[in-house]
Amino acid sequence: MSRVTAFLTRRRGGPGSILGWHWTDIVTFGWLAAGLIVMFGPALWLILSSFKTPAQLVEFPPSFLPFEARTAVVEGFDEPLPLYVVTDEQGPRTLAEVRRVGTVAQMVDPANPAEVQRVDIADRVPDRQFGLALENYTEPFVHFDFLLYLRNSVFVTLVATAITLLTNSMAAFALSKYQFRGRNAVMLTVLATLMIPLSVILVPLYSIISAVGLFNSLWGVILPTVATPTGIFLLRQYMLTIPDELLEAARMDHASEWQIYWRIVLPLTAPALAVLAIFSVVWRWNDFLWPLVVLSRREVYTLQVGLNTYAGELNVQWQYILSMTVVTMIPVVIVFIFLQRFITTGIAGTGLK
Amino acid sequence: MTTRNLRAKGALAALALGLMSTTALAGDVRIMWYSDGVEGEVIQDLLNRFMEANPGINVILDNVAYKVVQEQLPIQLEAGEGPDIARVTNLKLLASHWLDLTPHLADPEYFNTNFGAYADWMREDGSSAINGFMTQLTLTGGFANQTLFEQAGVEMPGEGATWDDWVNAAAAVQASQGTAAAFAIDRSGHRISGPNVSYGANYIGADGKPAPVDAGTKEFAQKLVQWVADGKMLKDTWVAASGSTYRAAADDFVNAQIPFYYSGSWQIAQLSSKIGDAFDWVATGSPCGTAGCSGLAGGAGLVAVKYTQNAAEVAKVMEFLAQEDVVREFSERTLFLPAHKGVVEKGGLVWQTEDKNVGPALDVFIAASTQIAPNAASLPSWTWATVYYGALANRISQAMAGEMSLDDAFARIDTDVAEAVAAAGGN
Amino acid sequence: MPRVSEIAGAVVTAPLAWAAQAIDPALRFWQRLTGQGGMAAFFLLPNMTVFGLFVILPLIFNFAYSMTSGTALFLADREFVGLAQFQRLLDCSDFTDPATCQEDQFLIAVRNTALFVVLQVTLLIVTATITALILNRELRGRSFWRAVFFFPVLLSPVVVGLIWRWILQRDGLLNAGMAGVGLEPINWLIERNWAFAAAIGVTIWAHLGFYTLILLAGLQAIPKDLYEAAEMDGTRPGRVFWRITLPLLMPNLLVVIVLALIRAVQVFDEAFVLTGGGPGTATLFLTQYIYEVGFASLLKNPGLAAAASILMGGVLVVLTLLQLAIGKRNEKRAKLK
Repeated sequence: MSRVTAFLTRRRGGPGSILGWHWTDIVTFGWLAAGLIVMFGPALWLILSSFKTPAQLVEFPPSFLPFEARTAVVEGFDEPLPLYVVTDEQGPRTLAEVRRVGTVAQMVDPANPAEVQRVDIADRVPDRQFGLALENYTEPFVHFDFLLYLRNSVFVTLVATAITLLTNSMAAFALSKYQFRGRNAVMLTVLATLMIPLSVILVPLYSIISAVGLFNSLWGVILPTVATPTGIFLLRQYMLTIPDELLEAARMDHASEWQIYWRIVLPLTAPALAVLAIFSVVWRWNDFLWPLVVLSRREVYTLQVGLNTYAGELNVQWQYILSMTVVTMIPVVIVFIFLQRFITTGIAGTGLK
Repeated sequence: MTTRNLRAKGALAALALGLMSTTALAGDVRIMWYSDGVEGEVIQDLLNRFMEANPGINVILDNVAYKVVQEQLPIQLEAGEGPDIARVTNLKLLASHWLDLTPHLADPEYFNTNFGAYADWMREDGSSAINGFMTQLTLTGGFANQTLFEQAGVEMPGEGATWDDWVNAAAAVQASQGTAAAFAIDRSGHRISGPNVSYGANYIGADGKPAPVDAGTKEFAQKLVQWVADGKMLKDTWVAASGSTYRAAADDFVNAQIPFYYSGSWQIAQLSSKIGDAFDWVATGSPCGTAGCSGLAGGAGLVAVKYTQNAAEVAKVMEFLAQEDVVREFSERTLFLPAHKGVVEKGGLVWQTEDKNVGPALDVFIAASTQIAPNAASLPSWTWATVYYGALANRISQAMAGEMSLDDAFARIDTDVAEAVAAAGGN
Repeated sequence: MPRVSEIAGAVVTAPLAWAAQAIDPALRFWQRLTGQGGMAAFFLLPNMTVFGLFVILPLIFNFAYSMTSGTALFLADREFVGLAQFQRLLDCSDFTDPATCQEDQFLIAVRNTALFVVLQVTLLIVTATITALILNRELRGRSFWRAVFFFPVLLSPVVVGLIWRWILQRDGLLNAGMAGVGLEPINWLIERNWAFAAAIGVTIWAHLGFYTLILLAGLQAIPKDLYEAAEMDGTRPGRVFWRITLPLLMPNLLVVIVLALIRAVQVFDEAFVLTGGGPGTATLFLTQYIYEVGFASLLKNPGLAAAASILMGGVLVVLTLLQLAIGKRNEKRAKLK
């Protein structure tokens, strides 16, 4: 407990501080607290909402926690009856509802099922307790080829990341360690591709994919996405910090350029590669628009595309979209937690100057 | 286009190594299907039965989002690709891509008799081809929250009530019960077309091309804008999106935030499952205007695609799904109105639901289908219908948002539609 | 942990190392044949092929599209019209009033995007810098706080838009909270200015972590003894920031600004799910306009969309070149000092 308190109350002190609190400490504290609420809060809301029933999802005011209606088994009735908390002139009590006719509900006290009380529906509130609608998670698995889509998503993500790492590092190597004519032109081309969002080249890209025969194929999803400009810049910046003397020494030892790339440069670039790997995994896993365009056969759907089938024309099944969104979020978060220590070392090492 | 494709394919063949493309086997039939509710499960059930009876044919049902059918399917069709069968709502627009099943069907007359009334909705003008059939008929119409009206002590308007009657009654309920608004209409040109026609509108010009916005459309649009300004119409539905994006107000009705909701018969299944026991609701038919009390018919059709490799098998699947007992079962389980003449005439559909509000609501829609005005009846088979709907939704919502005056909006609708017609002129 | 990754690393790299060895003789041959230039070409080949085929080629097609009209989707079936589409986009009698334009929604989209870029990038950079400065302090559990701010970057844009739409809609969490403390609820996504602010806020929320980390890395590269010296001199934190931190952070800041600008001009995914372009056309941005006109609308016009996208690309090129030029000039000035 004292460690936590020490953590929470660590401050800068020094001249200009009041009671040991410097203004920078206050700002820091406030900023971090606000950050925690604003950044994590909505995600928490998403996770909690994924456990709610469809009716609960549309109610207002929305409740933070998922609830399920309390029911009671009452003598003389086959099915459990929903419980309500009733407040009228007779005082607050909990009753089970038999049926509702218009604005009047017929209710009974579970302990005294013979006597039917008539209660105005405005006077009653559902008696609810915290409960998770787990069927939101299990239903899609039953009706929905989750494992198939998972396999496809994993395939796309892993293969795309592997190819990305390879091709981007090769290109970054050429752009950082070689002087050749047209180098600037290549750099500008790479920069230019950064400026072209997918939605803009969608139709021409579709014709090309169709002409090459990659339509409805996972490779059609993978190949157009592997040459990332961000990756090239990131890796190039990092490789620029590798001393040229290393390469010269290797060349004098009769190492081929390929060996220099493979044996020297690539291992030294590991932190930046880890960063790119994280980004690539996140991007490919969350890719939506392009797989949606390329894939129309169920067998090759990725998770994000499969998720979208819950959006019909006239009816969007939010409860399944939410639960499956949470499920698709989990792997990315895991990868991130695992590899996150590389991030700052990776980007720091680029010495972006 | 075919030679270009071939050339491109040849030139880039090297890249086709190691593809993971699935190849269709002879005897495979792919259906592209979207669902609003349980139709996906029902049709899969029916198809399983078909496959048991026909072991040589493998039917694969691809469940996709509606957006895919709207946006991706047209592109696939243009490329000469696509599924073998598709469930589509923009039938007329894509008519040139549908297969004529007549030579492959065992009994074409069956289709003509039972689905002939709506065949023009999916085939090119002047053609007598059989492209498929309507999986359901939908009709636009209103729903009212009976319980809210009761609580407010306001009587629901009866037969022959006008739009003003309904909105004013709902506004009284709004005032008494403190709901967010009095009523809402889905954000869609299709949805307001029934009411427009009820005020005398006619979209189709003498030459079959779109006519400029006329007095009927203007009158209803003016009412809509006024109702938004008054706070009677739920602003969120129309104002909260731009372009021709579709937005429905079903959730607000389910939430008892609006006493009156103008949408259509396809909502019944969803309303039933989401409202459950919370309140009593009824279907109201379409409120009246000066020229009628019309809604707009529509629905999704199951059509065969021209580029299929397995026309004979496709025909078999279609024939099975069009059988009277299959249509009957499909309708009863999905709570959709059937389009099959034989089923409709025999009647006696047993809706598979425990909700006592569903049966009467469907009956109201069936009765309301006799009130469809001629100007509305001709819309589903009109090539330019979707263009007109899109322009209406786009510009009227801008007027509602206060970005332009209604007169400017009408002028813009005319130019938008004219440009779309001109652009497609050569094709 | 290290042992597992070591083993995993070995398992993965062994076959790769073998493959690399196997290709080496062939590449040596190529190197002897073509020298360093040839090797550079080899290294660039895979990436450039993908760029060429899947980015540059569609872009060229896009140029071709922009000079055609008609509703056919494939080029061969379309009609050539020269610069007519561009003329249509820029046909305005008064550039300050969209109502006078033939394509009024294009001008609206341009104005919205311009305003968005200015406001969002400024706020984003300022927020990211402050966050980076704070994260740079000696905090306990620094990696936890880093994760907190980086977390939204992991979410797909659709999820981001969805979550915030739920929180901000008329009957959403925020209004419920406000009603709870007695405030009047505001229809955040229906009031024009609030909807615009929401678009800005949500996109900042989604991307803050990414830029914060880049800036944080830059801050950590600044030698600590500079700060120690300043502290011994008793310099106020404000001066420390302006005189020491900012100049040394400038290169990173420049990269961040360029990236943020490019992303801001292309804003689409989160904003589209959040507001759909509404209310009316208050949050209609360029990419959504292009997507709708070219793809999604019931009144499609791919040629017009292509022309609009080329204009957008042009603006981006100009902006980026401007940025780089300013950056180079600052670098020169810094060297002269």
